[in-house]
Amino acid sequence: MDLVIFWVLAPVSVAAAVLMLFQRNAVHSALLLIVNLFTVAVFFLLLDAPFLFVVQIIVYAGAIMVLFLFVIMLLGVSRDESLVERLKGQRWLAITLGVGLALEVFFAVRLGVGLSRGAIPEFTAVNEGGNVQALAKVLFTDYVLPFEVTSILLIVAAVAAMVLARRQEAAPAPTTTPLEVPEPEPVP
Amino acid sequence: MRTPIAYYLILAGILFAIGTVGVLVRRNALVIFMSIELQLNAVNLTLVAFSRQLGDLNGQVLAFFSMVVAAAEVVVGLAIIISIFRLRQSASVDDVNLLRG
Repeated sequence: MDLVIFWVLAPVSVAAAVLMLFQRNAVHSALLLIVNLFTVAVFFLLLDAPFLFVVQIIVYAGAIMVLFLFVIMLLGVSRDESLVERLKGQRWLAITLGVGLALEVFFAVRLGVGLSRGAIPEFTAVNEGGNVQALAKVLFTDYVLPFEVTSILLIVAAVAAMVLARRQEAAPAPTTTPLEVPEPEPVP
Repeated sequence: MRTPIAYYLILAGILFAIGTVGVLVRRNALVIFMSIELQLNAVNLTLVAFSRQLGDLNGQVLAFFSMVVAAAEVVVGLAIIISIFRLRQSASVDDVNLLRG
């Protein structure tokens, strides 16, 4: 059952990711990324991490992607990007490098972990009393300080977003012309 | 029948490679940003898969923290994209080739 769900969803996940790259419309890319994030959420469920499954759907597929779509709508949807390559051959080089990276990971995994169906230890003992409770126990004992630091990080991020995206009131009109060098004052 | 952990690792590697290609090939800053999200997500999958294999919850905690940091990163990154768009009227990274504002 486990294996069937994996083999059904893994091609969906990879196909959504690949199609995301070939969409010229940014909204379509965002929607395909949501499909990919949902499949990864199901993989979390298969890997006995139900808490991360829920967090993935709420935070990633919910909040972050809504933010993305909001910004896409804000900036305008119909702006298709040009397909002109600034650097010659960059596209093919990038695709070759990507395929090389995937093959490298494949061989590294085959060498390090092995593709055999080795016995996977049971996870029920670790998830004693429920995954959320077990995770909370680790999070609030071993990881209290990092947890508190993330709260500072989130506050700083919120303030930074407000400062960056604020519209300057008295700012001069944005220009792309080169700055004029002021003439040196004539010495009397 | 449980899925071998290696399958998840290879899938995560493929997703990470697709994200890398996306960052290198696409010119729209928003799509580049989405590709980075894809990469972060692939790494999260690796962390959870190893956590399952080793019977250790620390991997799941680390994946949780990485999600929090990704959320903060998205907020700041999108704010930067908006402020660049105000300046240049474009979300393409080719138009942002000068350090001068």
